[in-house]
Amino acid sequence: MLTNFMAWIDKRLPVTDAWNKHVAQYPAPKNFNFWYFFGSLAMLVLVNQILTGIWLTMSYEPSGDGAFASVEYIMRDVDYGWLLRYMHSTGASAFFIVVYMHMMRGLMYGSYQKPRELLWIFGMLIFLVLMAEAFMGYLLPWGNMSYWGAQVIISLFGAIPVIGDDLTLWIRGDYVISGATLNRFFALHVIAMPLVLVILVFLHILALHEVGSNNPEGTDVKKPKGSVPVEEQSKFTFHKQYTDKYDIVDAIPFHPYYSVKDIMGVAGFLILFCWVMFFAPEGGGYFMEAPNFEPANGLKTPEHIAPVWYFGPFYTILRVIPDKLLGAIGMFSAIIVLFLVPWFDRGVVKSVKYRSKLHLLNLIQFSVCFVVLGALGTLPATPLYNNIGIIATFGYFGFFVALWFYSKNEKCKPVPERVSH
Amino acid sequence: MSNVPVNNGRRRFLTAATAVVGGAGVVGVAVPFIGSWNPSARAKAAGAPVEVNVGKIEPGQLIRAEWRGKPVYVVRRTEATVNGLAKHDDQLRDPNSEKAQQPSYATNAYRSIKPEFLVALGVCTHLGCAPTYHGGDFDQFVEGVSEGFFCPCHGSKFDMAGRVFQGVPAPLNLVVPEHSFTSEDTLLIGVGQGDA
Amino acid sequence: MKNLIKALAFGLVTLVSLSALASSGGANLDHANNDLTDKESLKNGFKTYINYCLGCHQLQYQRYNRTFKDLGIEEADGIENYMYTGEKSGDHITNTMPKKEAAKWFGTAPPDLTLEARLRSPDWIYTYLRSFYMDSERPFGVNNKVFKDVGMPHVLQDLQGVSSLDEHGNVTPAMGGSLTTEEYDIVVRDLTNFLEYVGEPSKLERESMGYNVLIFLFVFFIISYFLKKEYWKDVH
Repeated sequence: MLTNFMAWIDKRLPVTDAWNKHVAQYPAPKNFNFWYFFGSLAMLVLVNQILTGIWLTMSYEPSGDGAFASVEYIMRDVDYGWLLRYMHSTGASAFFIVVYMHMMRGLMYGSYQKPRELLWIFGMLIFLVLMAEAFMGYLLPWGNMSYWGAQVIISLFGAIPVIGDDLTLWIRGDYVISGATLNRFFALHVIAMPLVLVILVFLHILALHEVGSNNPEGTDVKKPKGSVPVEEQSKFTFHKQYTDKYDIVDAIPFHPYYSVKDIMGVAGFLILFCWVMFFAPEGGGYFMEAPNFEPANGLKTPEHIAPVWYFGPFYTILRVIPDKLLGAIGMFSAIIVLFLVPWFDRGVVKSVKYRSKLHLLNLIQFSVCFVVLGALGTLPATPLYNNIGIIATFGYFGFFVALWFYSKNEKCKPVPERVSH
Repeated sequence: MSNVPVNNGRRRFLTAATAVVGGAGVVGVAVPFIGSWNPSARAKAAGAPVEVNVGKIEPGQLIRAEWRGKPVYVVRRTEATVNGLAKHDDQLRDPNSEKAQQPSYATNAYRSIKPEFLVALGVCTHLGCAPTYHGGDFDQFVEGVSEGFFCPCHGSKFDMAGRVFQGVPAPLNLVVPEHSFTSEDTLLIGVGQGDA
Repeated sequence: MKNLIKALAFGLVTLVSLSALASSGGANLDHANNDLTDKESLKNGFKTYINYCLGCHQLQYQRYNRTFKDLGIEEADGIENYMYTGEKSGDHITNTMPKKEAAKWFGTAPPDLTLEARLRSPDWIYTYLRSFYMDSERPFGVNNKVFKDVGMPHVLQDLQGVSSLDEHGNVTPAMGGSLTTEEYDIVVRDLTNFLEYVGEPSKLERESMGYNVLIFLFVFFIISYFLKKEYWKDVH
């Protein structure tokens, strides 16, 4: 009965084939470690954001007069409204934690290197859209921090010569941030951005499955056809698309091996997520900032305006550069250089495990600088912090410059042919 | 699937256990999503019971109250009207109020708590129009009955207990909402007799 | 790999210490030691709020009947003892003070206090209400140690009495109020407790639900761990 039904479907839409190609017979290297949980976790958080987001729009009121009160309406009057809202607000921060870890993984194991440049670019586009999505979403509660955070970021565009002022006016749709700004941000946040995000995620996965997954060793599990004796090939059945062109070694089907492993990862992640969501939804003032419990007030700036923590690194770079235009350029460059990592890195060895000590140190200093920049972004600008910020900014950009120089003739350890488990 | 020979019950048991517990988790997650569609505290506050002072209603007069966005008709019936109710039972669809269009305490000959006061939703049971009250000239619609309600939309007719006449589109008597008297003159619509 | 983990750990330590540095600024606040499960305290706080605060400060997002339910007050009792202005029990806790006029009287319109405890923290409220002192420069004759040049008069002065500032800039113990210092602290603490409740009425429900969810997830994690282990026996 079911077999007949599936046969009927498959004649019209290659469901079984797609399932095999991407899930049940997709050759995944058998040595994925802890860092490889974050891809599936990002997917989980995306689904959470979309579902809770849809439900929140059912009670939210996108207007300057009603937005703040409607959030409190959700928190108090709607059954389980508080839970849906905390799932969404905690999810926003979790999304960035997961995505930053996912990006770190890519940097560590050279997952951006040839032939995965496009995969990396799609990932970076996802990151960029995610930042826009988060920024617009943050205005919606219409608290005072929402208001002034948006004010600061939109003002950035004013740094652009000649058109700057007109551009900010156009983005706001008013002389100040107002209900008009709120409404357009709402439309983009709930419809346009999520749509783009979902398409990009789809392309990201498609690109991944075209070139195959990298792994912590940086060795390819797809060997040229005919180069590996049958008894050394993987014992599992893989999809024709892969086996026709390659001999597969050291790989296992994604399902059931990584599906069960990812379920375990999801459970572990949810323990942490729910712990924060149920017991500290404000995330110590980082996930929900205290000034946002006061309605937007264009005449009263909060004592200390800080963007949400996940914008911290980029915001600090903006702040430590003592020129409005250069600061904005610096901030956007910090994102652009990430796009270009595949070309800054001229090496051929992927994994940090087999690369030079210098590369390891460079990666470490980069992560430290990134975290420090992030922390500074949430702190007031004192001269001391400013100096630390300048050093960290040099560290951040230095990573890319140094990488370009040493990667050409880098002393690497020999990369093993085969993956050890 | 793997072509390495695998065992057994253990694997199947663990798969089933994960599926069952995971399924329970999914059901649990669905609870807030489904629950949030219930009427909110705002809707409940707006739909809260409504108090009506009936002391000043003249005999034969109808007043309209609003409860949960619907009109509620309150009529002070004269003794003659109440006595007249039984006289046209043979022309009604449901003269004894057998269909559950009223709370049990209003399932009686005059469909109310006090014979004096009719309390009924002014919503025609045909398609939801508001019937108009004809106190005195109803015999143009039903011969020999001087008071009643006539629905202008499709001509349904109801008597002074909200009971529907035969031969009209409306299938049922007008709905009598839950109501009670908190004092001699105070009618509370939305809370049943003995519930408060 | 290990070095990288160490580096991340180092980064985290920096982050935590930097944020500790950031939050250590500001006045030292006394601890209110709130207890949201203490219904008597919440009821007292509610009563104090109605009697002393509501005239100027609304709780415009909170409903009377929700408060009755959460604080264990019978609806009839609540209407009788906590509602003075003839609203319905489903109404929000509001007043009729005209905002524009109020801004003229106090320099700024008295803010809504529904979310005050989340905006400023319960400890801030607790300390603030115990930090008024005499200052003849100010329109109402009082100033506040926590909120300098605040527009609000000391509404609880009858209870607390009058304090002044000593030569070290500390607020002296209050004199001449109808309550002792200990009694006054309890009144303020109950009020703070109530405001924390109003800030997030679902807090207790959230936490109790949280324990159940975590227990469930823990069980699920263990099962999925064994499932993973079982399947991965195939992988050599």
